[in-house]
Amino acid sequence: MSAPAPLPAPAPRRRLRVATASLAGCFGCHMSFLDMDERLVGLIDLIVLDRSPLTDIKHPGPCDIALVEGGVCNAENVHVLRELRRAAKVVIALGACAVNGGLPAMRNHRGLEDILRKVYEERPDGGAGIPDDPELPLLTDKVHPLHEVVRVDYFLPGCPPSADAIHKFLTDLAEGRTPRLADALLHFD
Amino acid sequence: MTSLETAPSKTGLRRIAIDPVTRVEGHGKVTILLDAENRVHQVRLHIVEFRGFEAFVEGRPYWEVPVMVQRLCGICPVSHHLAAVKAMDRIAGYGALTPTAEKLRRLMHYGQIAQSHAVHFFHLASPDLLLGFDCEATRRNIVGVVAAAPDIALKGVKLRKFGQEVIRHTAGKRIHGTGAIPGGVNKALTPEERDELRRDLDEHVGWAVEAVALIRRLAGAAPDFYAGFGSAPSHTMSLVAPDGAMDLYDGGLRARDLNGAILFDHVDPAAYHERIVEIVKPWSYMKFPHIAALGAEDGWYKVGPLARLQTVDRMPSPLAEAERQVFLAAGGGRPIAGALMTHWARLIELLHALEVIRDLLDDPEITGTDLMAERGARAGEAVGIIEAPRGTLIHHYRVGDDDLVSWCNLIVSTTHNNQAMNEAIRAVARDHLDGRVVTEPLLNHVEVAIRAYDPCLSCATHALGRMPLIVDLVDADGVTISRAVRNADP
Repeated sequence: MSAPAPLPAPAPRRRLRVATASLAGCFGCHMSFLDMDERLVGLIDLIVLDRSPLTDIKHPGPCDIALVEGGVCNAENVHVLRELRRAAKVVIALGACAVNGGLPAMRNHRGLEDILRKVYEERPDGGAGIPDDPELPLLTDKVHPLHEVVRVDYFLPGCPPSADAIHKFLTDLAEGRTPRLADALLHFD
Repeated sequence: MTSLETAPSKTGLRRIAIDPVTRVEGHGKVTILLDAENRVHQVRLHIVEFRGFEAFVEGRPYWEVPVMVQRLCGICPVSHHLAAVKAMDRIAGYGALTPTAEKLRRLMHYGQIAQSHAVHFFHLASPDLLLGFDCEATRRNIVGVVAAAPDIALKGVKLRKFGQEVIRHTAGKRIHGTGAIPGGVNKALTPEERDELRRDLDEHVGWAVEAVALIRRLAGAAPDFYAGFGSAPSHTMSLVAPDGAMDLYDGGLRARDLNGAILFDHVDPAAYHERIVEIVKPWSYMKFPHIAALGAEDGWYKVGPLARLQTVDRMPSPLAEAERQVFLAAGGGRPIAGALMTHWARLIELLHALEVIRDLLDDPEITGTDLMAERGARAGEAVGIIEAPRGTLIHHYRVGDDDLVSWCNLIVSTTHNNQAMNEAIRAVARDHLDGRVVTEPLLNHVEVAIRAYDPCLSCATHALGRMPLIVDLVDADGVTISRAVRNADP
C-alpha cells in the first residue's frame, strides 16, 4: 500500500488590481487606508495597486476595484472618475465626500459666483490678477457625489472610514465574499 | 538663461505634462514647454483644484471651525485643528491655557509631526531614494520598498502608526479628531494611555535614530548631488521660541535672508500681515506669498523642515540637536538649499518630535485633569499660527457678536513654498532635461524635487482663485465672431 499522494497545492488566488484616486477630498481616506499599519504588508498578498497617488501609475489599466475618495468639483475630477469607471469592475465611493459631497459641498449653498465675488472683493492682497490659464480645469457649479456622475457599486461612509472598515471591505472582496460591515465599523463622522 | 517661469514666445513649442503629480498629497500638475531641440523654455507647477474653505467657513459658529478646517487636509488635520483653536481661544476670551491643556495640545501636535514626517519619507518619497529615481515606474512605490527593504519599510510603517496613536489618545480619533476646544482640551490622558504610549517609545526613538543615519548615509554617498539637486536658495521663515529655540507649537515669526542673516525676529503672529503679502499668478490657484519689505521678485522664501533647521538657534532635544549640527556641517557653514536635503532635515525633526513626546509623557502634569482655562473678555479678531509638518500655518479669523465667523484668511504651509517649488523644478529642468530626449525617469526627477517639499496640495487648494469665464463664439473657419468675458483682466 503506497502513501497517499500529497494534496495538490491550492492554486494561488489571483491578486485583485486596485486603483485609488482622491478627487475633491482631503486625502484623509487614503491616510485611513495607510492606517491599516502592519496589515498593509499582508494586504500586498491580496491586492496589487494600479493607478493611485501612492504609485507612479498615472492612468488606470483594466482593474477589479476603484476606491475613490472625494466628490466631483471640476472637469478634471469628472474625467478621472469616468476613466476609473471604464477601467474598473467595481467602483467604491470611499468616505463622506465621495458618498454625499462632504464638507467641500458646503460651497453649494453659497453659489459659486457669490463665493468667488466675495473672496475676490475681501482678500487683503487679492487684486493682483485672476487665475485664467487654460491649464486650470473648469469648476463645476456644484460639488457632486460620485453617483451623480457615474454608477457606483458600494458606498463606504465615514470621515474617514476607519482602517478596520476599509480592511474588512477589501479582504471580503478579495476573498470572494459579499462585503459586510458590522455596526461597529459603520460610522459617519 | 531666462527664469523659465514664462517662455518669451510660445510659438513652435511642444507641451509635456506630468499629470497628476504622484506620491504627493492632493492635485497638482507640471507643464514643460520645449522647442525642437528639447531646450526647456517654461516650467510650471500648477495647483489645479480649489475648494473654497475661506469662503464657506464664513457664517459658521466659531466653535465648529477647529473641527471643520481639519477637512482641508487628511495628512495634517491636527495642524489645522490647532491653528484654528489657537485663534478661537482668543475669540472666546480665554487667556493662557492650563498647563495640562497646553501639554496635551503639544503632545497631539508632535504626534502629528511624527506621523506626517514618517508617511512622507517612508510611504511617499523613499522609493526614489532607496530604489532610484529611474527605477521602473510600476515598482517605484511603497510596495516596492517593502519588497526591496522590508525592515526599513516596516519600521517606517510603525513610526507612522506611533504618531497616529498619540493623536488618537489626545484627539479621540486618528484622522479628524476633536480633542482641542476653545479654552483647552476636552479629554484628559489617562495614566493607562500614557503608559501604553511610553512603553513603545524608546524603541521608536531608536528607529528614528536609524532613519536619520540612513539619510545621512545616502547623502554622504553623493554629497554634491544632495547639495545641488533642485537647489533653490531663498530666504527662510518659521516660528521660534522666545529664546530662539525650535518650537513647533507656538512662538514668534523669524525670517533669515539668503545668507542666514536675520530679516525679522519674534514678530507677533497677529502682525503676520505686515510682513507677508500674497500675489496671484494666472496659471495656479495657489497664491504666491513673499516678504512685503523685499517685494515679489526677491522676497519669496521657504518654510518647513529645511528652513526650520536653519532659522532656529537650536533644537531643544539632545539627539536631534546633535544631528542638526552634523546636518549644518554638511553645508560647510553656508545656508543649505538642495531639495533632497529637506528629507534629511525632515528625519531629524521626526527624531525631535519623538524626543519631545517622551519628555511630555514623562511630565506628571500630562495626566492632569484641569483642562479648561479661565474665561475673560472676548475678541472680535484673532490669528493662530503653528508650525505644521510642512511649515508655518496661518489661520486668521474675525467673529461677530453673534458667534458667527464673518471673515477668514488662511495661509497654509505649502503656499509659502509655492515659488520655492517652482524654482526647484526649474533647476531640475535646467540640469537634467534641457537638450535631452525627455523620458519617464527624467520626468520623475522633476517630481522628486516636488516631493522633497512634501507639498500638501489639498491644503493649498483651500484658497479661492477667481475663476474667469470667457466664452468665444467661433465660426466654421475658426474666426472669433464675438467674445464674452467675466472676471478676467481687460
